[in-house]
Amino acid sequence: MKIIVVLKMVPDVVEELEVAADGKTLDSEFLRLIANELDAQALEEALLLKEKYTGTVTVVSLDAPEVDDALFTALAKGADQAFKIADGSGALSTRAGTYRLAQVLSTIQGLLPADLILTGAQANDDLDGLTAPLISHLLRLPQLGIVTKVSVDTAAGVATVLREFPGGVRGEYEIKLPAVLGIQAAEKPPRYVPVAKVLAAMKSQAIQSVPAPPVADNGGSLQIEEMAKPEVTEHAQMLRGSPEEIADQLCEILAARGLV
Amino acid sequence: MGTASHNIATQSKTLPCEMTLENLTEFPEGRRVLTCIQCGTCAGTCPYGELMQYPPRRIIGMLRAGELEKVFTSDSLLECVACYACTAKCPRGIDLTGVLLPLIKEQVLLHLPVMPAELQKALENKLRYGNPMGESPRKRAAWVKTAGVPVRILSEDPRPAEVLWYVECYTSYHPRGQDNARATARLLHALGIDFAILGNEEKCAGECGRLSWERGLYNTLMEYNMLVFAKYQFKMIVTSCPHAYDAFRYRYPIVGFKYNISPVPPFLAQYLPQLKVLLKRKLGYTITYHDSCCLGRHNNLYEEPRALLQAIPGVKLVEMVHNRVNTICCGGGGGGMWLDTYYKTKGIERLSERRVKEAIATGADVLAVACPYEVSRFEDALKVLGYEKKMVVRDITELLAEAIEV
Amino acid sequence: MAGNVWVIAEQWRGQLSEITYEVLALGKELATALGCDLQAVLLGHNVKPLAASLGKADSVLCLDHSALATPVAETFAQALMPIIRARSPQAILMPLTNVSLGVASLLAEELGIGCVNFCRDVRAVDGSLQTRSVLYGGKMEAIVKPAQRPAILGILPGVRPPDEGRTETVPPVEDVTVDVQESSSIRWKRYIEPEIGDVDISKQEVLVSVGRGLQSPDNVAVAAELAEALGGAVCGSRPVIDQGWLPLSRQVGKSGVVVKPKLYLAAGISGAPEHVEGMKNSELIIAINTDEQAPIFHVAQYGIAADVMDLLPALTEAVRSRKEVKSHA
Repeated sequence: MKIIVVLKMVPDVVEELEVAADGKTLDSEFLRLIANELDAQALEEALLLKEKYTGTVTVVSLDAPEVDDALFTALAKGADQAFKIADGSGALSTRAGTYRLAQVLSTIQGLLPADLILTGAQANDDLDGLTAPLISHLLRLPQLGIVTKVSVDTAAGVATVLREFPGGVRGEYEIKLPAVLGIQAAEKPPRYVPVAKVLAAMKSQAIQSVPAPPVADNGGSLQIEEMAKPEVTEHAQMLRGSPEEIADQLCEILAARGLV
Repeated sequence: MGTASHNIATQSKTLPCEMTLENLTEFPEGRRVLTCIQCGTCAGTCPYGELMQYPPRRIIGMLRAGELEKVFTSDSLLECVACYACTAKCPRGIDLTGVLLPLIKEQVLLHLPVMPAELQKALENKLRYGNPMGESPRKRAAWVKTAGVPVRILSEDPRPAEVLWYVECYTSYHPRGQDNARATARLLHALGIDFAILGNEEKCAGECGRLSWERGLYNTLMEYNMLVFAKYQFKMIVTSCPHAYDAFRYRYPIVGFKYNISPVPPFLAQYLPQLKVLLKRKLGYTITYHDSCCLGRHNNLYEEPRALLQAIPGVKLVEMVHNRVNTICCGGGGGGMWLDTYYKTKGIERLSERRVKEAIATGADVLAVACPYEVSRFEDALKVLGYEKKMVVRDITELLAEAIEV
Repeated sequence: MAGNVWVIAEQWRGQLSEITYEVLALGKELATALGCDLQAVLLGHNVKPLAASLGKADSVLCLDHSALATPVAETFAQALMPIIRARSPQAILMPLTNVSLGVASLLAEELGIGCVNFCRDVRAVDGSLQTRSVLYGGKMEAIVKPAQRPAILGILPGVRPPDEGRTETVPPVEDVTVDVQESSSIRWKRYIEPEIGDVDISKQEVLVSVGRGLQSPDNVAVAAELAEALGGAVCGSRPVIDQGWLPLSRQVGKSGVVVKPKLYLAAGISGAPEHVEGMKNSELIIAINTDEQAPIFHVAQYGIAADVMDLLPALTEAVRSRKEVKSHA
């Protein structure tokens, strides 16, 4: 089984994010990037599928600060190959980045066709699109999102997939391979990899760098007019009165949010 | 000097010949392990001895029998809180906690079918953010703003200092740890000591990574910290965390660490005459002091903390049944800080609760501690047992600061 | 000529989702400001009766087809394509939920334009649209002016109160011929209902969380009543679980579950960092604690310094009467 995992670096929200002087982008001085949480789930799912069905896992990312750590970590966890797509033009939006990535995937020898392309169901910076549907459209492959379970019938070339709906309900689908899946959760939490193993991967394995010609996407680039921090309250607004009065006030507050 | 890598060490050089399970016999401490007489004192003194499938005695037995694989695939070592109780009592003087157990734990980590989620998160956070809580490194020195006294941060003001105060993670980030930090800052200031901190450049010293399984993580942190130390000039390091003290004293020398190092209580105890003059406010507390594993059993620092407490006017000191070398660990070491849910699912009594019961039995109103893990663990235990109105937990520094007339 | 504003009505398993009304309320505002009509687009199979509830729109386009019986993003996008091309709406408001996720992206690609995601507000400013979109887990907001037509906007839940999107008026409904086939690559099989067993608190929209301030395990039942009235579940902080008042699966915090419900009601919880870590990203946090200095009040949006056991029964009562009034309306 050939599995590709598309991994994206996104702003690490543990750090205080600041707006740059231009008022539209993130200040990069203290910005740190981390692998999108759901892409890490996708990687784990890929590794579990590899363990179950044998095959290979290839991780592909756009070049970005700290992507090397993420890719070597993936290799140390058991991925077979890692590709880094050189960008050179700075941070690309989800849509622009995915266009570039999809274009390059077909130029990497032996990579496509793959049986499964896994990526996270969404990311915290997906302002102009979601990676899984974008890839599926660009590579003309079927896709399902919000996936929490995958099993594969390699002989029939079909995967059975569970997808999340509201209220804990799940939907079962069959999807023909090759396919794109937006993973919400792997069947097990992403495994721990000892630092020594990652260091060993850095010594013994290589991330292959792939140059990428600029690709014109077919329009639709987003113009951010302004970026700003949302207002934050430091202290709760205190409600006072008798229990009945407070209960009424609370009901108003809840009703305004559709909770009652 | 360029900034050290955020995450993984960029130069992964091998450290000068480190002990492993394979080359054990090439080192004197390693050979000593094999002189075990199988007396079982370790298992008998271990706070979780009756629960462990593989206490130290059995581990050495398995080592001799060539059956260590069985130990690696059991989760028995998850119950070791690295409290040095076994080491302190071993009649052969085998350094079980410092030498044998970390080597075994390292292998257990690689074999664990399911890693407890909280422990995994703590290790990942330590690597990425330099602290197990997963807080931003840029908030590590935020407590300084409310210290009430000037606290010099070396990256802002790199002049040489007499003392580099290594604040450490819990003391920097946890609200109760910050109480300790502020108190310590006030004490150092009141004593006129020329001190500075690393601030946001500071990262975990790595000891709990070592005692809990992760040599690669420890090495990465060591490398980073040595690079940061090299940037500044100071005569000694004083640290609020006994685990950091252990790291600097026992492990960092293999990467060339040569600074003088002291935990806070013995450092302050050197200034007792000056302190006594400053300790004006009478605190009418009955205090029982909990000997922490690192300060106490591992480093024999029993009397300095007591001397500090007794210097406070109006204080009456009472001892718990298990004190000094017999102290009962709070349960935070060896990764225990992040295994509470694991213990709960196994129905194992938390050591902090066992210890708090002893504290309450003394009739004291204050439980004094000197290790940052202990404050939150014991306060938690008091709450769970319903004793929070009977007793409070205070770090020694908090009590000293309270007694100084501000 | 500027086209209409469209709202894609979300229905699932024969019921209109609450978010549909929220987005209708928004759509009505925008249509009014832009001087055009609001149309609701209802996709599914045998869903026409639901159109009657969409009266906030000036009219409903009903796309009924057996291929739309279950949510497959590709099929929904394909069904919408021809009518979008034919009728040129100027904006399409798409709910962002587990049901509709992915449709906006696919649709945008089919049309050869982009979309704007995570909108927590949309306004019409000088005849053109402007969104306020959430980024980086809520740490930043971006103001975006969609430049494409139609503007395809992914709308987050909570954009407007759902009641503002409800009305007695029954709208005219147009049956639109749907030219779509069931996907040849994706075959729907079945729904799997959640197991009856313990509740997964991380999936609850409403949580009533109890701490030591509840004093006694017998009082947990009072919290459970409120949770039930609100359609949620009970959970607790570590000490409460340790005491055995609730099972481990209900523990919120650093050592337990991390939750992000729409409502987190913290009853008798002090707000220790270990607990806050597990719930600080909840959408609305209301805290009740007798100690006005309790740290929980720095995380909550609303606070009440009162005894939990006085307030909870009163609140349960108030919630129940409100719901009764609504259901009789």
